[in-house]
Amino acid sequence: MSDSLPFHSFTAARAAEWRPGLTDSATPHGEIFASGREAVGAGLALALALDRARVAAPDPLADAYDGRSWLWVQDSTALRLTGRPYLPGLPQSLRHRLIHVAAQTPEDTLFALEEGLRCRELAFVIGEIAGNPKALDFTASRRLSLAAERHGVPLWLVHIDARRDLGSARMRWDARSTPSPPPRWNPEAPGAPSWRAELFRARNHPPGEWILRDDGDALVAAKIAAAQHPGPSHLGDLAATAGD
Amino acid sequence: MAIWLPRLAIDRWRLTEGLNKGEAADAAPLVLINETAHGPRITAANDAGLDAGARPGMMLADARTLCPSLAVAQADLGGDSAFLDRVALSAQRWGPWSAVDPPDGVIVDITGTAHLFGGEHGLLADARGSFTHRGLAARFAIAPTAGAAWALAHCGPEDAILQPDQDAIECLAGLPVAALRLDADTVLILRRLGLKRIGELKEIARDALVRRFRNRSVPETNPLIRMDQLLGRVPEPLLPVLAIDVPVVQRRLLEPILHRDLLDRVVADLADDMARLLEGRKLGVRRLELGMWKVDGDMVLRTLELTGPNRDAAHIAGLFGNKLDGIDAGFGIELFRLRAAWTEPLLMTQSDIEAAAETHGTSLSACLDRLTVRLGANAVRRPVPHASHIPERAQRWQEPSTPGTAAQGELAFHARPLKLLDRPEPIAVVYATPDGPPKLFRWRGEPHEVVRSEGPERIAPEWWRERSTTRLRDYYRIEDGAGRRYWIYRAGIAGDGRGGVPEWFLQGLFA
Repeated sequence: MSDSLPFHSFTAARAAEWRPGLTDSATPHGEIFASGREAVGAGLALALALDRARVAAPDPLADAYDGRSWLWVQDSTALRLTGRPYLPGLPQSLRHRLIHVAAQTPEDTLFALEEGLRCRELAFVIGEIAGNPKALDFTASRRLSLAAERHGVPLWLVHIDARRDLGSARMRWDARSTPSPPPRWNPEAPGAPSWRAELFRARNHPPGEWILRDDGDALVAAKIAAAQHPGPSHLGDLAATAGD
Repeated sequence: MAIWLPRLAIDRWRLTEGLNKGEAADAAPLVLINETAHGPRITAANDAGLDAGARPGMMLADARTLCPSLAVAQADLGGDSAFLDRVALSAQRWGPWSAVDPPDGVIVDITGTAHLFGGEHGLLADARGSFTHRGLAARFAIAPTAGAAWALAHCGPEDAILQPDQDAIECLAGLPVAALRLDADTVLILRRLGLKRIGELKEIARDALVRRFRNRSVPETNPLIRMDQLLGRVPEPLLPVLAIDVPVVQRRLLEPILHRDLLDRVVADLADDMARLLEGRKLGVRRLELGMWKVDGDMVLRTLELTGPNRDAAHIAGLFGNKLDGIDAGFGIELFRLRAAWTEPLLMTQSDIEAAAETHGTSLSACLDRLTVRLGANAVRRPVPHASHIPERAQRWQEPSTPGTAAQGELAFHARPLKLLDRPEPIAVVYATPDGPPKLFRWRGEPHEVVRSEGPERIAPEWWRERSTTRLRDYYRIEDGAGRRYWIYRAGIAGDGRGGVPEWFLQGLFA
């Protein structure tokens, strides 16, 4: 019996569906695959980071304001394709705490990400890397995961215009824009940013697809029926075959 | 108290030669010369030289005609001023602070310290004994203001003391106007006006002098300002000398270094020494200078700036490791010197950072140090708001350690994109509407159909800093059929007389 207990708990955990506000005990290392023609990757990464921060501090009266800085690392291609962070457009609570790193090469980007993860005074780290550079192989990805878990600093790495290569992230998303809900006062105007996000690989959750939206107080998720959008087959998933 | 060293240069020459006054080389006429554009000029002469007719300021050739046997030595002006600095520091034994009065004087503030030496006379005697013992000719004076003390030291009687209750003008009336610390031109003007003594200045109505020197604001050229300073009517700030002890550690090597791994080890040793030195003084370093002297006489300097005060040897050595790439060792490096040019107090002791980093992470300043050293200072920055309506000017980038400035908050009804392109990209409008955003446009080779839009938000150019031909911008927030949200603008409006057909640009991407 004692042998089967970890197996049972594992399947039970795996069966738990992902939902906003659900934080694993482990520090997340998430990957988001997005197109370089839109700012979805960074937007979703920020929304997930904010979601995690809200869950971490449930008591609004607690006098524990999290004023730590956060790091945003971009490589030069990602910076050229999707632009630089714009202060007035950032979420209000994160605006003044941003430290931006414009790295030239993917190697420098990975160095900056790892340095950020090793720093105890950072709230979280967001990275943007364009394409599939040779430096970002499975070993590099594993290094980032281990650093994030050891030092407790969450990392969301946005892959721009990239193939789904091997990666050791605990959650791997694929995101794109979706038409936003019409605003109340001007239905002709674009509304709050919405994303169609597909969780195609997660360690503790079954895959699924949601329409996500940050309404200012919380991350709102609407599940898309699996029948309409069948999840991807895991036959071709190299990470699953590798046993991770 | 003012101290004047009238024979500073020649006394110093005699001290460096190790001579007593009036013996050996000092017995013969000798002058110190300085090379000028018109040939050597005399800066100082010894007693025998003065007797022979040589005067400071004279050309050497003229002096030679008076005294053919004149011996010559090179003047050392830099050495003199450094010596004067040391004299000023040592003069702090008579008062809490002292200031250098170039080229050959020292001012000491002796307020409240005279009784320690048995009154002002005792203090003067002590000072005289000290200078005589060092073989320096000096004149002293004590007065309530620096100007009065200077005047008495230069032109007054020996060891003059002006008490605060005495009338300064009355006591100083007999001194020449040069005692007011005026430059030569002004003294000449006063002489031509017939004013030779300080007392005569007082007899003239002040209005007349004010009018005569009305456009002279520098104290050296205006006798009235100098007069007021002498009487203590206007403040005269003096720059005190402070002894600054810069932490320096040095390694001299028996065998010059040629290889990089040895270089790293020496730098690590130096960082260890420096850390020990700084810890003893409770300091942390902000800027470090590593000088490396090569065998062939060349010198390489590497500087390092840290985000916060730090004295962790491993951290410093690691940061220098990145800076040492590409150093040409030549025939080898034989001397290393590490100098902490900028230090700040750092009380907290920090144990081994590398071991600590493994368990609970590095500090933010250490992280920023490592990032800046590898990626460059311009790569790691923080956005701060800037007062401007032009979107790309509304934020600026500064280094992350400095705190942001206070700024007016952005109006909440302005929706701004999450990201801004460094350079707005032109879009090709395929299907335009007369007033409003395009129905269909092409960006980076792909068509986008505008389904929903909001605008225009008109942002006028900043006419006070841009040319008059700059066009205004009409911004639209749009969403295309796939839900992608962009921030586009039209530069100008048709018929505004500032160019042809308005062009469209895409500037920002919403999340």
